Amino acid sequence: MNSSRSFQTATLALVVIGILLLALGGYLSPLSRYALAPFIGAQTWLASRYQAVRDFIYAPRDVALLSQQNARLEAEIARLQSQIIDLQQQNTQLQVLSALLDFASSHPENEYLSASIIGRDPSPFLYYVIINRGSDDGLRRGMPVVSSQGLVGRVAAVTANAARVQLITDPGMAVNIRLQGSGAEAVLQGSITGELTLTSIPQEAEVQTGDLVLTSGLGGNYPPNILIGQVSGVRQSPVELFQTASIQPIVDFSQLDIVLVIVNFRPIDITPLLPPSGAP
Amino acid sequence: MAILIAIPVIGFVVILQSAVLSQVRLLYGMVDLVLLVLVAWAVRERVNTAWHWGFIAGVLVSLVTAVPAPAVMLSYLLVTGGAVLLKRIFWARPLLAMVMAAIAGTLISHGVSQVALRLANIPVPVVQAFNIVTLPSVLLNLLLAIPVFAFVSDLANWLNPKEIEI
Repeated sequence: MNSSRSFQTATLALVVIGILLLALGGYLSPLSRYALAPFIGAQTWLASRYQAVRDFIYAPRDVALLSQQNARLEAEIARLQSQIIDLQQQNTQLQVLSALLDFASSHPENEYLSASIIGRDPSPFLYYVIINRGSDDGLRRGMPVVSSQGLVGRVAAVTANAARVQLITDPGMAVNIRLQGSGAEAVLQGSITGELTLTSIPQEAEVQTGDLVLTSGLGGNYPPNILIGQVSGVRQSPVELFQTASIQPIVDFSQLDIVLVIVNFRPIDITPLLPPSGAP
Repeated sequence: MAILIAIPVIGFVVILQSAVLSQVRLLYGMVDLVLLVLVAWAVRERVNTAWHWGFIAGVLVSLVTAVPAPAVMLSYLLVTGGAVLLKRIFWARPLLAMVMAAIAGTLISHGVSQVALRLANIPVPVVQAFNIVTLPSVLLNLLLAIPVFAFVSDLANWLNPKEIEI
């Protein structure tokens, strides 16, 4: 009886060991695949249902968390975009200031005070700008105003903290100039359209398109040799006393943000030296 | 109250005009927001401080413009007078009065400015100025007349609420 049981046990052990060896050797893989397929299918179905139920329970909390993260990230993006705009503005300002510094370095005989343009004249007939420097900063009426490119205008009125600058494009403006090519002197005048015209050019002067226009210093209102622009067209008529020319200004007045006031220049009032009107 | 509030309101409008709107041009014309606010205020019913607003506008605009101060003052007072007159004519149609006053006011304002500049020996060619400055300015003022009228109406209703009979 005992020997029969021992035989059964040994046979069972051998069968089990054989199956294990077959399994380890990979011979039972096709069989196990077919045998396990229903179980895997059932487990997959059950797991997916469990995940669906779990997502249903936990999802609202995740949505709230995500929306919080989204709001935080949007705020961060807005802050960074604002920072980018600030940096771009600073970069632009730096470029302008660098150009102004170059201009100031190239004219070391003058003392400059920088000023920002904070407003423009509300009248459409006039071309004036308002700057954020006034008599408290040492500004006086008549001081010339320049940009990194060239002549802008002159201080027309001053308050304690602001000043009004008459641009050279203003119709009431007249600047004595010198043409670099011919050396001829003339008068620059503005207009209601902002266009610049040269008048009183002597007929014998040889004026060419592209000639540079500089301040002459005559009249004592501006320092000499400040660039204004260049000749873009000449009109000559034999029946007129003088030639006229149109000027392309070197300064872009629509993009003007920062200007320099020449504070060590004092305009000379030559009115008492002028003959009275009606005098012979 | 309606007079006191004119100073911050017109002050803000003058700053807006000088800092922003003076750079927005159609051809060579520009909108005159001060004039529009003044006209919109003057044509409102139950408003009896139009002349005060005109005077304050004249003073504040004189501070920022190079046009001679008396001309600015005269200009805004004439505009106010015109608007008050149009309110009496078109008393039942304040919006129509506003549009008419905006057109007439722009023409009066530019006319006075041109005369003042001529007296100051500043050459302003009349026909050219009318074609390229005044006409575009009239158009811009017309475009902004209705929004300004709506804004000023709200302000006027807030300051002068309609009396209700019980």
